[in-house]
Amino acid sequence: MKLNPKQYAEMVKRASPSSPVWRDCAWAFGVGGGICALGEALRQLFLLWYDAALAGTLTSVSLIFLSTAVTLPGWYQKLAAHAGAGTLVPITGFANSVVSPAIEFKPEGWITGVGAKIFSIAGPVIAYGTLASFVWGVLYWLIGKVG
Amino acid sequence: MPARKKDTLFFDRPPLVAAWAAAGGKKESEGPLSSQFDFLTQDGGFSAQGCTDWEQAESLLQQQAAGLCLRKAGVARKDVQLTFAGDLQAQCTASNYTMRTLGTPFAGVYGACSTMAETLALAACFAACGLAQQALALTSSHFCTAERQFRTPLPYGAKRTPTAQWTATAAGACLVRAPGAAGVPVLSVTFGRVQDYAVRDINNMGAAMMPAAADTLLRYFDATGASPQDFDAIFTGDLGQVGGDLLREQMDKEGLPMPNHRDCGCLLYKVEEQNVQAGGSGAGCSAAVLCSHILPGLQAGQYRRVLFAATGALMSQTTFLQGESIPGIAHCIELGGAL
Repeated sequence: MKLNPKQYAEMVKRASPSSPVWRDCAWAFGVGGGICALGEALRQLFLLWYDAALAGTLTSVSLIFLSTAVTLPGWYQKLAAHAGAGTLVPITGFANSVVSPAIEFKPEGWITGVGAKIFSIAGPVIAYGTLASFVWGVLYWLIGKVG
Repeated sequence: MPARKKDTLFFDRPPLVAAWAAAGGKKESEGPLSSQFDFLTQDGGFSAQGCTDWEQAESLLQQQAAGLCLRKAGVARKDVQLTFAGDLQAQCTASNYTMRTLGTPFAGVYGACSTMAETLALAACFAACGLAQQALALTSSHFCTAERQFRTPLPYGAKRTPTAQWTATAAGACLVRAPGAAGVPVLSVTFGRVQDYAVRDINNMGAAMMPAAADTLLRYFDATGASPQDFDAIFTGDLGQVGGDLLREQMDKEGLPMPNHRDCGCLLYKVEEQNVQAGGSGAGCSAAVLCSHILPGLQAGQYRRVLFAATGALMSQTTFLQGESIPGIAHCIELGGAL
């Protein structure tokens, strides 16, 4: 066959359509911004009754609850198919990443299915988030020593 | 006696595909071939039958295809002397559980999305040699089992790339009879060789499998002296739009242009409308196109001689995560007009 892997990589690159970047960005901006605007509206609502710290916490809790509620019938996935990073980045995306394996792996049992797989997507974020906060903590301490 | 020339096995007295059946789910029922399916369901989870997981649902879909195929052939289960079956699930469990019900002698086969051609080729060899009077070739895939095994959970909000392909929820079954009966003749089979051109993108499987399709077709043309224009159509499965374009480009370079090339991944769905990105894939995709379009076309006289070259990507979730490239394979079957 008149083909080598290097030539082929070039051919594949030429033949493969790339993602529509501007359209994807517009979707992500619109939907991600919309979720954040919804969060801010909720926060303003909670501020009518509670102080700023509690209002912030209640906003996060509400968004996580809403994300879970729309993940269950599969609507979050439908929105994410267009919105991409717009649904991935906000806290609702994190909730979706925890709830979806919990639903998916229920047939494998509560312990070995749901329990074992629930953090299969969010786990790396938690692990490396903790590591990053440790590194930053050490740096912060060192800066304090020097400064 | 069957004869071998290079990698191609010829049947002077061809075994026959006596009956076939295609089964599919909701998205397949909305595709252009839906009217030719033998069974379609809007309930891909078979929840009405009390099914609670996707793996069993795929097996039930496969059982529909097998049952309908045997019924169309007028053959009882006990008269099937051997079944070759496989699917995409780890350890081919959809087929294993189907065979628990079917109860015929069984040889499990894994060829990823090339499984329909592989099982049909094996069944044809056994029937041609008189080792089985009636052999069944069977395969399936299910979007939901493939997604959870190879990608992410279904409700997870992920975006698909334009080169990704949609795993068909579909199954196909073919009953192959020894020479002499009526049906669509299997004139030759060519078992493919694994080809790996260092494609690592799991979202571009058509590109990963194209070299295998080209290699097997070239070996077939070399062994037989035939050329692409000798065929009414050359079907590959499932390169999708990207892999299909690459194959035609490569065959142009080889001096064997294939204007009559069609890809099963682009036939099963309305690619532009059904949100399947580059087209369909999965073992059930080429199986369903074979049983709902190609074989009926040969029977009706729409086609007189075709090639059916199903392609498979032979990586696993583990090797993919380890950064290995994706090896591909293609098996080619030459089918003639119905006898």
